[in-house]
Amino acid sequence: MRTGLIARKEGMTRIFDTEGRAVPVTVLKIDNCQVVAQRTADQDGYVAIQMGAGTRKIKRTTKAMRGHFAKSKVEPKQKVAEFVVSAENMVEVGAELGANHFVEGQLVDVVGTSIGKGFAGAMKRHNFGGMRASHGVSISHRAHGSTGQCQDPGKVFKGKKMAGHMGNTRITTQNLKVVGLDLEEGLILVKGAVPGSKNGWVLVSDAVKKQTKDIELPMPAGLKQVAEQQNTENNSEAPAEATEENSEA
Amino acid sequence: MNTLQKFEAKQLEALTAETNIPEFSPGDTVKVNVKVKEGTRERVQAYEGVCIARGGHGIHASFTVRKISYGEGVERVFPLYSPRLESIELIRRGSVRRAKLYYMRDRRGKSARIAERKTGHGIPKKDDTKK
Repeated sequence: MRTGLIARKEGMTRIFDTEGRAVPVTVLKIDNCQVVAQRTADQDGYVAIQMGAGTRKIKRTTKAMRGHFAKSKVEPKQKVAEFVVSAENMVEVGAELGANHFVEGQLVDVVGTSIGKGFAGAMKRHNFGGMRASHGVSISHRAHGSTGQCQDPGKVFKGKKMAGHMGNTRITTQNLKVVGLDLEEGLILVKGAVPGSKNGWVLVSDAVKKQTKDIELPMPAGLKQVAEQQNTENNSEAPAEATEENSEA
Repeated sequence: MNTLQKFEAKQLEALTAETNIPEFSPGDTVKVNVKVKEGTRERVQAYEGVCIARGGHGIHASFTVRKISYGEGVERVFPLYSPRLESIELIRRGSVRRAKLYYMRDRRGKSARIAERKTGHGIPKKDDTKK
């Protein structure tokens, strides 16, 4: 199991694929994504990587977190999250991961916090039908209706769908296809929608349930430095004008 | 410019690099050359009619073309920047007072005509040509 990345949801747009079809995509930005700490079996009883992303002002960082970041010698991060990994895929502390961690065509799972809807009625929350607009219905057009039977059982069953708080929960969307990468800007283009609002943090990792066999993923992780080196090598080989065209295309 | 706008601008630049899209507005008669795939072969099919609506912004921009085909009204919505469009030709400018010409759907024959526009935006003034 490889580590995932913390990304920021930039919003949705469309791209045209090679066939000319319009593909709806969510643009995710990998911003300053570094390994902050390691969790090892000896010390913590489980193996995981703690990642951090974004930048936080030092004066806005608590003293405790300042110490934590100082220990691993990384700049204070806005968002910190852990990814469970297998022991051989451990990445050293301080390593910066880039969009090259993922490969075009692979499937990913994206975790985000859904947009909060507040206290929502049964119609909005559970797609209830509501009541009639006329024929004697008064005041209760959007009510959920009956919640149970009679003296027997004499109670409302647990789990009955009713009005209540909706949204603002952790949601995982599985098996989203990566349709494009922009290594320069650190963008991942994922086909379809991703939970959460714009500028919200999401966790992107390899799909758990499905993976296409013939795609080779960078092991143990896609380090940003490696990608930059490859780019500079390519640049030195090709004339400057040609590379500009490539990057635009 | 935020990241998304930057990304869209980049996409647009790449899409418009080869094609030349003329300025046209609702009421104009346009000829859209569409790439059609037949088995393995690809050919260009022209679709000519009146543009009755433009919609969307940036990379999401689209336009609707209406024509009467064998006595039956046909409307097609094209994404403006689709790579499936080989080219768009402006045949004739039309003088209309609406942005959306949905009233054309209820018109047949003589009343479905649109007068040609000879002045206004996109057309050089007569005085300029004389000088």
